[in-house]
Amino acid sequence: MEHLVFEFGPYPERPRPAAAVIVGVVGSGNLEALCESAPLGGRLRVEVSSSVHGFGNTWKAVLGDFADRVRLPDLLITINDAGATPAVVGLRLAQAAAELGAA
Amino acid sequence: MDRIWNRGERDRAARMARARAAGLGRIVEASRIGELLAAVLVPGDRICIEGNNQKHADFLAASLAKLDPAVIHDLHVVQSNLALPAHLDLFERGIAKRLDFCYSGDQGVRMARLVKEGRIEIGAIHTYLELYSRYFVDLTPRVAFVAAHSADREGNLYTGPNTEDTPAVVEGTAFKSGIVVAQVNELVDRVPRVDVPADWVSFVVKAPKPHYIEPIFTRDPANITEIQVLMAMMVVKGIYAPYEVARLNHGIGFDTAAIELILPTYAESLGLKGRICRYMTVNPCPTLIPAIESGWVEGIHCAGSELGMEAYTAARPDVFFNGPDGSMRSNRVFCQLAGHYADLFIGSTLQVDPEGNSSTATANRIAGFGGAPNFGSDSRGRRHVSKPWLMAGREAARPGGGTMPRGRKLVVQMVETYREKMQPTFVEKLDAWKLMDEFGLDLPPVMVYGDDVTHLVTEEGIAHLHRCATVAEREQAVRGVAGYTPVGLARDRAAVEGLRDRGIVQRPADLGIDPRLATRDLLAARSIKDLVRWSGGLYDPPKRFRNW
Repeated sequence: MEHLVFEFGPYPERPRPAAAVIVGVVGSGNLEALCESAPLGGRLRVEVSSSVHGFGNTWKAVLGDFADRVRLPDLLITINDAGATPAVVGLRLAQAAAELGAA
Repeated sequence: MDRIWNRGERDRAARMARARAAGLGRIVEASRIGELLAAVLVPGDRICIEGNNQKHADFLAASLAKLDPAVIHDLHVVQSNLALPAHLDLFERGIAKRLDFCYSGDQGVRMARLVKEGRIEIGAIHTYLELYSRYFVDLTPRVAFVAAHSADREGNLYTGPNTEDTPAVVEGTAFKSGIVVAQVNELVDRVPRVDVPADWVSFVVKAPKPHYIEPIFTRDPANITEIQVLMAMMVVKGIYAPYEVARLNHGIGFDTAAIELILPTYAESLGLKGRICRYMTVNPCPTLIPAIESGWVEGIHCAGSELGMEAYTAARPDVFFNGPDGSMRSNRVFCQLAGHYADLFIGSTLQVDPEGNSSTATANRIAGFGGAPNFGSDSRGRRHVSKPWLMAGREAARPGGGTMPRGRKLVVQMVETYREKMQPTFVEKLDAWKLMDEFGLDLPPVMVYGDDVTHLVTEEGIAHLHRCATVAEREQAVRGVAGYTPVGLARDRAAVEGLRDRGIVQRPADLGIDPRLATRDLLAARSIKDLVRWSGGLYDPPKRFRNW
């Protein structure tokens, strides 16, 4: 298991999502992402637990683009990854963003 | 001295006389196949052992591989597919020497070894249409070994739905004084229909076992991923809808299967019925069943058939090309031609470079081409017009590119940025270059050239390559949809955003696609069993696809 933490922002204040959002499932080539509000000083924080090692730079690039697109302050995203490709990561995050009303 | 004008006929007569002298008539017992081959073959002959995508003259191939290389050697094999171990045994045992072919599939690695050992001399690697064309120019077989479903006592052949390459092989051979040997599954009093007339056939052998047919076009919807659903949505909304693509050719992978399966759902919701996907040139892929049943696809011409689809195609004569006997007839040459002149080709590939060139070649394996290069290229000889062809032509026109307006075929490559095991699909340099060096080829084996591609679709978006004004711009468009592969990460972000502003690179969000819809729920059928249900029980999937 590899644990990675990334922080982006801070981003300007905006209405927070009321409820937490969960997308995806933990299964081979897939991932589960839980998105919830958290007091992070306006930052967007992502905590990744991945079954695959050595893709830190790829995670950073994928998550950085996502954060830059949605610019959601005080959001904590917890990802349980079972070897998802960047394509699957991107789709799950896009689905989460749509649920959070930030698409 | 009088010139002789019928050397071929005389030679054929001599071979036929040798067979008669051995006591062999038109119908030959399987046990006497060795005697027949010895009678009709001579060293150096150019031969074709019908080996298509699916149907194989496997009994004849195995019998040829058992010949004594001291007697029969230096054969020149001219056939589309090298798919059976026996095809390569011929070279390994020194019976055949030279090879002109299209596609090797699973035998690609062994073929590469035999080439390196000097046991196979490759003439050229062709597309299907190229090789069949050369049967009528400089590669006419002297003896052709074909496969049919049944024959009558006279030698009339019925191929059944898997007609495939038989007409091209037989015509090239029989009309140039060659010899045609057919293996059949059964001898009957009367064939259901005559696919090859008896006077084009020299000998018929009932094989001990029915010829082998590979179900290579069956894609289980259970294996379609949400990424494939997302890309299918992009293709439908971003390409099929604006161009109104009604006549097209689909590849045979899961990517295009996903498109077929969202026609009755997603495309329906966009109100596209009757405007897109009306006529297709493709094998009878089971994943087309829901689109046919719900009235999307009106006509399909097939290059071959597909195991289990026989009763279904027979029950849908308005859609498929069926004979007076009721069963379908396929024809690879006509289907390839029909696809070449259709408005759009869409398929997948293994590697794409920054110029948009794509290849399925990988190191140590000679895979060949098959049909994709012909389907996946602009048909520059085309003259009839259609909305998509004119629209793409207008979009591709460049200032300073001359005054003559032209049309253009839509050629779409659909790939995920990473394949399984995190292999990037996008590479700075195709493995095809390595293969060229390794095997002394004159050119890298490229499947679809970048300048023929109009659209590149990945999970990251659509790149409208034909609208790029310069080569540099085109490269950024490719990198712009290459995601997080090294090729994608090396993009010029500002340039890509500029292309996005001009609509040359479109993200799913730019197309108004809700990523929450990209789930397997959007598939009209999610399993093989669903397909059987859609077909009203007419589709009879092969055992290996039945898991209920």
